Amino acid sequence: MAFDKAEAKSVITTPIFDNNPIALQVLGICSALAVTSQMDKALVMSIALTIVTAFSNLLISLLRHHIPSSIRIIVQMTIIASLVIVVDQVLKAYAYEIAKQLSVFVGLIITNCIVMGRAEAYAMKNSPGMSFLDGVGNGLGYSALLMTVAFIRELFGSGSVFGVSILEPISAGGWYQTNGLLVLPPSAFFVIGLLIWALRSWKKNQVEAA
Amino acid sequence: MSAKNDSIGKTLGVAVGLCLLCSLIVSGAAVVLKPEQQANKLADVQKSILLASGLVKSGEKVDIAALFAEKVESKLVDLESGEFVSGVDAINFNQRAAAKDPKQNIKIAKDVDLGNIKQRSKLAKVYLIKENQELKSIVLPVHGKGLFSTLYGFIALNADTTTISGLKFYEHGETPGLGGEIENPLWIAKWEGKNALSSDFKPNVSLVKTGAKASNEVDALSGASYTSNGVENLLNYWLGDNGFGPFLAKVRGGQHGV
Repeated sequence: MAFDKAEAKSVITTPIFDNNPIALQVLGICSALAVTSQMDKALVMSIALTIVTAFSNLLISLLRHHIPSSIRIIVQMTIIASLVIVVDQVLKAYAYEIAKQLSVFVGLIITNCIVMGRAEAYAMKNSPGMSFLDGVGNGLGYSALLMTVAFIRELFGSGSVFGVSILEPISAGGWYQTNGLLVLPPSAFFVIGLLIWALRSWKKNQVEAA
Repeated sequence: MSAKNDSIGKTLGVAVGLCLLCSLIVSGAAVVLKPEQQANKLADVQKSILLASGLVKSGEKVDIAALFAEKVESKLVDLESGEFVSGVDAINFNQRAAAKDPKQNIKIAKDVDLGNIKQRSKLAKVYLIKENQELKSIVLPVHGKGLFSTLYGFIALNADTTTISGLKFYEHGETPGLGGEIENPLWIAKWEGKNALSSDFKPNVSLVKTGAKASNEVDALSGASYTSNGVENLLNYWLGDNGFGPFLAKVRGGQHGV
C-alpha cells in the first residue's frame, strides 16, 4: 500500500473528535474514571496508553500475514501484555512516585478495549506504517478526553492544575470551596457524559439512531 | 490470511516463537531496569520514614537522601532485651531476610502473634530523630497481615513513646480504593497525636467504626474491615511486649542516653 499523506493525517486526527474511542465508541471507560483525579496521573496514563497502542498496532501489523486466525486473539494479547509490562517497568524505574499512584491501572492497559479493538479492527488489515499512526491517533483521542476530564476534575475538585494551585482552596487558607464529589471516581461518569453530550451536539452525525 | 497459516505446525511455531521473543523482551527490561528500581525502592523507604516522622510533608520536594543522612540515626535493637546492638551494620541490615533466616529469627507463639506473621527477626531497626541532641521522635518499622497481603510501614512515636506523631505504609497489596486507602494522606493525618499506649504503657490502638472518640481510637476504613483489623493488630503487636515494648520501656527509663 502506498503511503498516502492525506490518509495518514486523517488516521491520526479522526479519533480525536470524529471517532473518539471514549466519547463515540465508549471504550476504555474504567481507566478514564480511575486516573483522572489529577492531571499528572492522567498525563502519564495517556502517554503509556498511546505508546502501547501505537507499538502493539505496529507489531501486530508486521506479523499479520503470519498470525494463524485460530490463535490471533492470544497472539495479540501476548504482544500487548509484553509491551505493558515493559512500560510498567520503565515507569517503576524512572517515575516511581507516579507509578505507585497509578498502581494497577498501568497493568490494566492490557485489558483496555481500545488497544485490543485497534489491533483487531485495524492492525490485522493494514500496513505497519498506517497501523502505527492509527495507534498514535487513538492514543491521542484517549489522551484528549482523559486530559479534559482530569482538567475539570482537578481544577474544581482540588483547585489546582498539574498540582499548581489556581483556585486557592479554603483548607489552604484561600476562598475556594472545593467540590468533594469531583475528587471521587464516580464524578468522571458525569463529566464524561456531559462531554459526550457536548460533542454530539456539535457533531450531529455522532448521534445514534433512537 | 492464507490457509497455510492455520496448519498445526505453523500455529505451534508462531506461538512458541512469539512466547520466546516476548519473554526475552520482558525479562530483558526487568534485568536492565533493576538497579534504578531498587534505588527508587530504597529512596521510597527513606521517604516513608521521613514522612512518618513529620520531617517531610506529603507532596514536598526535598533531597530525601541528604535529609535522611542528616537527621536520622539508624540503630539496631535486640527486641527481647531492648538493648542496642553494636557490631552489626545497621544501615545495611536486611530485616526481612533476617526474619526468614532460622539463625536470626524466632517463631512467634500463636496466641501472641497478632500481626499473623509467624516469625520475626531477633534484631530490628529503629530510627532515632534528634534535634539539638534531644530525642524528638522514634520511628519503628512494623508489618503484619491485612486482607490479601502483608502491610509494611513505619510508625513514629514522640519521645514520650506513647503519642503517635505519624504513620506511613509503603508497601501492601490491598484493594485500591478500599484497603489501599491506608496510604491516603487524609486518613494518615487522623493518627497524629493519638495515644498508642495506655497510661500503664500497654498498646491499645483501636480502629473503630462508630466514630473515633477516645484518644486511642482512629476511624476504621470503610469497606476495608480486614485491612483495618490488620492495622490495629500489627500495631498492637509491634508496640507490645513481643515487639518493641522492652525497647520503648528502656527509652522511657532514659537508658539509651536520650
